[in-house]
Amino acid sequence: MFGKLTWDAIPFDQPIPLAAGGIVVVVILGVVAFVAIKGWIPYLWREWITSVDHKHIGIMYVTLAAVMLLRGFIDAIMMRSQQAIAFQSQGYLPPEHYNQIFSAHGTIMIFFVAMPFVIGLMNFVVPLQLGVRDVAFPTLNSVSFWLTATGALLVNISLVVGEFSRTGWLPFPPLSELTYSPGVGVDYYLWGVQISGVGTVMTGVNFVTTILKIHAPGMTYMRMPVFCWTAFASMLVIVAAFPVLTATLAMLTLDRYLGFHFFTNEAGGNVMMFMNLIWVWGHPEVYILVLPAFGVFSEVVSTFSRKPLFGYRSMVWATMAICVISYMVWLHHFFTMGAGPNVNAVFGIASMIIAVPTGVKIFNWMFTMYGGRVVYATPMLWSLGFMVTFVIGGLTGVLVAVVPADFMLHNSLFQVAHFHNVIIGGVLFGMFAGYTFWFPKAFGFRLDESWGKAAFWCWFIGFYLAFMPLYVVGLMGMTRRMQHYDVPEWRPWLLVAALGAAVILAGILCQVAQLVVSIRHREELRDLTGDPWMGRALEWSTSSPPPAFNFAVLPHVEGRDEYWRRARLAERGAGPTVEPVYKAIEMPRNSATGFVCAFFATFGGFGMIWHIWWLVIVSLVGAFATFVVFAWRDRTEYEIPAEEVARIDRENRAARRLALAQMEPAE
Amino acid sequence: MSIAARTTAVGLGGEGAAPSVPHELSELAQKRIIVGYGFWIFLLSDIVMFSAFFATYAVLVDETAGGPSGRELFHLDIVAFETAFLLLSSFACGVASIGARAHRDAMYYGAMAVTALLGAGFLFLEIREFVGMIAIGAGPQRSAFLSAFFTLVGCHGLHVTLGLMWLLTMMAQVFAKGYRPDILRRVLCFALFWHTLDIIWVAIFTVVYLMGVAV
Repeated sequence: MFGKLTWDAIPFDQPIPLAAGGIVVVVILGVVAFVAIKGWIPYLWREWITSVDHKHIGIMYVTLAAVMLLRGFIDAIMMRSQQAIAFQSQGYLPPEHYNQIFSAHGTIMIFFVAMPFVIGLMNFVVPLQLGVRDVAFPTLNSVSFWLTATGALLVNISLVVGEFSRTGWLPFPPLSELTYSPGVGVDYYLWGVQISGVGTVMTGVNFVTTILKIHAPGMTYMRMPVFCWTAFASMLVIVAAFPVLTATLAMLTLDRYLGFHFFTNEAGGNVMMFMNLIWVWGHPEVYILVLPAFGVFSEVVSTFSRKPLFGYRSMVWATMAICVISYMVWLHHFFTMGAGPNVNAVFGIASMIIAVPTGVKIFNWMFTMYGGRVVYATPMLWSLGFMVTFVIGGLTGVLVAVVPADFMLHNSLFQVAHFHNVIIGGVLFGMFAGYTFWFPKAFGFRLDESWGKAAFWCWFIGFYLAFMPLYVVGLMGMTRRMQHYDVPEWRPWLLVAALGAAVILAGILCQVAQLVVSIRHREELRDLTGDPWMGRALEWSTSSPPPAFNFAVLPHVEGRDEYWRRARLAERGAGPTVEPVYKAIEMPRNSATGFVCAFFATFGGFGMIWHIWWLVIVSLVGAFATFVVFAWRDRTEYEIPAEEVARIDRENRAARRLALAQMEPAE
Repeated sequence: MSIAARTTAVGLGGEGAAPSVPHELSELAQKRIIVGYGFWIFLLSDIVMFSAFFATYAVLVDETAGGPSGRELFHLDIVAFETAFLLLSSFACGVASIGARAHRDAMYYGAMAVTALLGAGFLFLEIREFVGMIAIGAGPQRSAFLSAFFTLVGCHGLHVTLGLMWLLTMMAQVFAKGYRPDILRRVLCFALFWHTLDIIWVAIFTVVYLMGVAV
């Protein structure tokens, strides 16, 4: 009846996961009960769960990322403290638990923190910057989000029911094959990542179509803000890379479930084929994450330097160059495979070449700041911290692209330090910059600056304390994923790294405090102008938060930095003065398709993990029925009448004019 | 920037100065382009997935582990029938598209039914081939070559199966809702999907079957 699922799946004998899982379950039940008692469920259902508004979906993505960041960070703290303690001893984490922790940490941080954070910001910002009302396929967008949430849920269920994978964040065979990982851990990984990956591919399809086909009038490609370009490049990489992940995980699934021989040691299976396939996805994945971060920095640096971005065209070309070259470097993840000196040399050189367009970008940001009036607001601090940190990470990357050096450093903590250097210093700092930058647009009030700055400095210093020592112990020969060790020379460095993790924890606490303080003081931090930073692109031309239809009248774009350009025109008295002609607006109707689909996907995935076949069949039938019901809808859009549009827009304008008039004495 | 400037600059849609936008395309035509375009991007991603299976097959094709190879297992005459069924079904699907666009019931339903029958015939032959292979001990568990073969060809077969479900749904939809613009867009997407399966089959036919029986 319940396949492999029995009461043994609950870890009654392991206090740490049991307590952690118990607390999570209690917190979730508490939140659900609180929401139900307060009577907020209809509101949540209407405005969020079934919403197909790109802004709401974006906010839900970022919320998911923030919650998962806490989860992934708890794993990180456990690893650092284990390595700080486990010198000539076993530490406090048993090996099989430690292995699950580093696997969960990597999986969660990449798939359920970095990805939803990046996709969430894009969801919120890209349609606003393009000057349009929604993405190409709004309901599909909701389905994508809910499938990502399903993946996150499945991975977290493994905390309480059963176990998680012990193979690292990528399930390398033959360790991940049934012979060596007979439990459900790898299956949790496979189905969690597979389901969320399907959502990601659909997001890619959606955004490539949106950015190429849906624009405000006059928004030509070379007038798009750089964030849209980087989002486009990132989404192209998703469309071309994620299907390979789907195929690869499907093959491993067939190996595990039906006894196929893709990656086994017997019957002709080929383990190195897994390495090649997974990194054909895995390396482009890095650029999927970091390119949008580059876009955020481009927006932030030019806004807070009060200058147009230096070298817009070179920025676009550099972005697209990275997009293409990102497919030609995958083999550098396993130079030690023994592909031979010529093959290794080609991939080594390609890995160095990809640093060139990245360097172009760094110089562009520096020249943007040069001669500008730089304002050191929190988003700008993250950007500056990024520039310093990312250059170091890039340089160590070029270093390990040198094949002989890589043979020495492969699988050492030097690698761990390198990729945290670029992912924290690049992706995460970028996402935090974007979060602070666009928060006022999403909610109508700014985030507290002093807590924000404290958070930045804690993260910045904590990062260096935590990861620079790992470069050192890596060079000293310490391999990654060690549960305990007995080399006394490593100990002091690992203690410093643990201290660094503690400082980062302080940074995260500052961010939580920042959010709480800002919500409590939202009236003082309120921004009614719609443009708290003197922004440049179109998202700042509408109110904060924007109305459901984003723009009462679609803007007619005549240049780059359209909003800034209009502001200059208006300053010279050349701007338009008459009120626009309001027309009725058609908006997509809410749909529960995404949520219902994710509901079935969760049970279907759970059934697959535990071999509960009837549940799988029921879920598949349910998912198909959901789509048919969705396809049978007669009304897919609702109309906002012209008077309503006019009323909302006039109200927003009046509020804005009033706010600006009150600011006048200060300026 | 002065306050006055910011007041005028914010919240502006296409006010006053904005020239009237030339709408070369009606809204419906534009929607059709966006939906078709988006579906093409999806199909490309699907093709990328198949390319991963093709690459795997190419790597593992000689890893028979002492078991049978393609030359011993493949029967080109059956494959020829499969190919004919699928290509003809694509033709029928094209006829159905024209029928849908012309709102001609007999043409649409008739051609869709023929498409479905040919697709089902293809599936029948494929399943028969698979069952026959498994019966003589040449199942996917036998060797890495057979794992790759069953996965690549089976994934295409799975697509055909899903396509048949979609096809029947589209017949039902037109029956229930008529030739509404959104239904016609779905018919367009279905046709794109069905033709893409042909393209992939041509690659399978060449890479797996023809090259498999050649020396």
